[in-house]
Amino acid sequence: MTGIMSSRTTVIIGVVGLIAVIGLTFVLEPFRNYQLATIAAYLCAVAGLTMLTGVNGQLSLGHAALMACGAYCYAFTANGLAEQEIEGPVLLIVPIIAAVVGATVLGLVIGLAAARLHGPYLAGVTLAFVIALPAVTSRFSDVFGGDQGLWITVERRPEFLAGRGGTEMFQAWVAIACAAVVVVLLRNLMRSNFGRQMRAVRDNEVAAALAGINVARTKVIAFTVSSAAAGIGGAVMAFMTQSASPGAFNLFISLFLLMAAVIGGIGTLYGALWGSILLVVLPDVIGSITRGLSLSPEVAQRLDGNLAVGLFGAVMVLVVIVAPFGIQGLVRKAGHQIRSRGSLQSAPHPK
Amino acid sequence: MTLRRNRALAIVGAASVFALAACSTNGGGGAAEDVPGVTEDTVTIGTHQPLTGPAAAGFASISAATSAYFDYINDNGGINGRQIEFIVKDDGYNPANTQTVVRELVLEDDVFAILGGLGTPTHSAVLDFLNENEVPDLFVSGGSPTWDQPEEYPWTFGYNSEYTSEAAILANYAQEEFPDGTYCMFGQDDDFGDDFEAGLLEILGDDGLAASERYSVANQDVTAQISALKAAGCDVVFLASINGFTALAVGTAAQLGLFPQWMSSSSGGDYGTLETDYLQENAPLLLENFISTFYLSLETNENDPWVEHFQMVQDEYNGGGELGGNEIFGMNMAYMFAEALAAAGENPTRESLVEAVESGAVDGTGIVPLGYSPEDHTGNLGVRLSQVKSGVQAYFGDTYIYQDGEVSVYDGGAVPFENEGIPTAE
Repeated sequence: MTGIMSSRTTVIIGVVGLIAVIGLTFVLEPFRNYQLATIAAYLCAVAGLTMLTGVNGQLSLGHAALMACGAYCYAFTANGLAEQEIEGPVLLIVPIIAAVVGATVLGLVIGLAAARLHGPYLAGVTLAFVIALPAVTSRFSDVFGGDQGLWITVERRPEFLAGRGGTEMFQAWVAIACAAVVVVLLRNLMRSNFGRQMRAVRDNEVAAALAGINVARTKVIAFTVSSAAAGIGGAVMAFMTQSASPGAFNLFISLFLLMAAVIGGIGTLYGALWGSILLVVLPDVIGSITRGLSLSPEVAQRLDGNLAVGLFGAVMVLVVIVAPFGIQGLVRKAGHQIRSRGSLQSAPHPK
Repeated sequence: MTLRRNRALAIVGAASVFALAACSTNGGGGAAEDVPGVTEDTVTIGTHQPLTGPAAAGFASISAATSAYFDYINDNGGINGRQIEFIVKDDGYNPANTQTVVRELVLEDDVFAILGGLGTPTHSAVLDFLNENEVPDLFVSGGSPTWDQPEEYPWTFGYNSEYTSEAAILANYAQEEFPDGTYCMFGQDDDFGDDFEAGLLEILGDDGLAASERYSVANQDVTAQISALKAAGCDVVFLASINGFTALAVGTAAQLGLFPQWMSSSSGGDYGTLETDYLQENAPLLLENFISTFYLSLETNENDPWVEHFQMVQDEYNGGGELGGNEIFGMNMAYMFAEALAAAGENPTRESLVEAVESGAVDGTGIVPLGYSPEDHTGNLGVRLSQVKSGVQAYFGDTYIYQDGEVSVYDGGAVPFENEGIPTAE
């Protein structure tokens, strides 16, 4: 399907989208920019997960732990650099690279184990990492700062952005740049020969092996790449919030990442984008609706936070039943209908 | 064909950007106002509180009491003709959530100030953000000395008696009453525990603690830590724990057969909360002789006009029910903000609000003096000790303050009750 849409079209959409989003940061309210940056941070992780689960068929519930790994690596490096009084682009970029390296190494370790496991067993192993995270951070609290986490010295916004909202705009730029890099790299990877190998392994490991594909290697690489993407997501989160704490990367985040990938449309990068947007926008929209309803404070308090989680669950169930290809599946279908109405030689949907 | 579609896509893309831009610019509030959160007849402030999560049961009633007291003030004309609107956001005692909700309060809801943000780990996460944005960050609910750094954080003011001073005063008392005791500590695994321990060691000496155990808020099982305390033969255990973990510690110790003299920080030593939210019918037995500290009126005070007044507000604005330490804590918080706002002038600004607090216009309703001055952002400077006897927690002995490493007796008396508890510009 993606193969039919010309490469040039995708590039044009990408570039127009990128320019549009960066333009958007100039007009949005500071809090919206902060949300935009959060979307971009989630997108890094969800994009990696959607490739891992959707394209390669490995289910991971541990991506929050991989994000945490990225965040803590970012924190150690940034604080170390700040101690040496190193500032400027180095303080911005080097910690992100460190986060990628850290998450890649952890991902490789988990991936080596993952290659031997299937479905729920793999989910169980990765789940253990997320559950263990708060125990690890409080056991070694002199290193990780316990529940409170670590405070991070980050590169401040450039001088010309001084004033209200400047920091948030800068955060959004950094986050969008990171997300753009991740998406471009993953897109190329998914369309390359390796992408086909990942799909082959997902569909039938035996058949893939018979076709000369090294199944274990493919799975390990997929997991490692996906971890690196999650690491960047964690680094962006750490950069935005100036902190790395276990609470920011709990089991809920892992589940939310997976939900975002599924609701958006598993296995597609557009789907990852829709899912990430939903992760940030949905709780916010629900919040403003409940505020508008003038509920009694007690009921409102009860709904706050919980309603979004409940609704996510409901949407997830609905999507799996009604639209198994997620939001992106619906968008594609709509696009097809419009297109086939316009031209006479409409081809049937290739399976 | 492809070319035409591309052009169409580009146009659609551009159009949607403009549409979004148009939506966003008229979405923001308080456009032309110079002072965020202040209009002709309202002042909007916000807070972050644990309404869900591990600390919720012990602390969720604080912000409700604060809201109730603001309702009382608003019904009586507000402050300088302005109604106070108080936005409470839930952060679940999770620093990562605090980051988001405080940004929402400051950047989206345009609050005038943050009042009583609860928790040391949580509030630490937004300290730089608030000071960078020059938002008054008043009366942080947590006894960390971090809040008292006027040079680095000129917009932040403490509220609780600092953990170090509570600990020092408790240790001082323990040395007098139990000179031969084996002293131990059970504390939270963050600055709360660290600061409290520092205060204890200040008085007890570097090797004054036979054991010091820590818990993580994320883990509800403290058997390992309590066993270690038992093994160390502790007979006085100092507690630097939030209410939920005080209850866990006391309950687990009883199960393991450890019955020391408990001496708790005020942050986790409110008998009413421990009884209602956690220990229930076991509370009188488990907490007999439990020593804690506090710096405000206790509901068991006799002939205390503040307690009677708060009970009235509780009955009329907070759904009745028994008045407890959390309610007094929350209402005193509201009273102190009202004092600052009244002193900040007819047309308050963020600067004038902070100046009002530094000028000494805020007295609170408590039993110890407040430290606020341009050089000092400490809240309550000391504590008085309370003890539980047959299910009643009451003050006993002197009121102490702790300054410059010395514990001393304070005999200045409590703040007088005036003007029906509604502050006026003096």
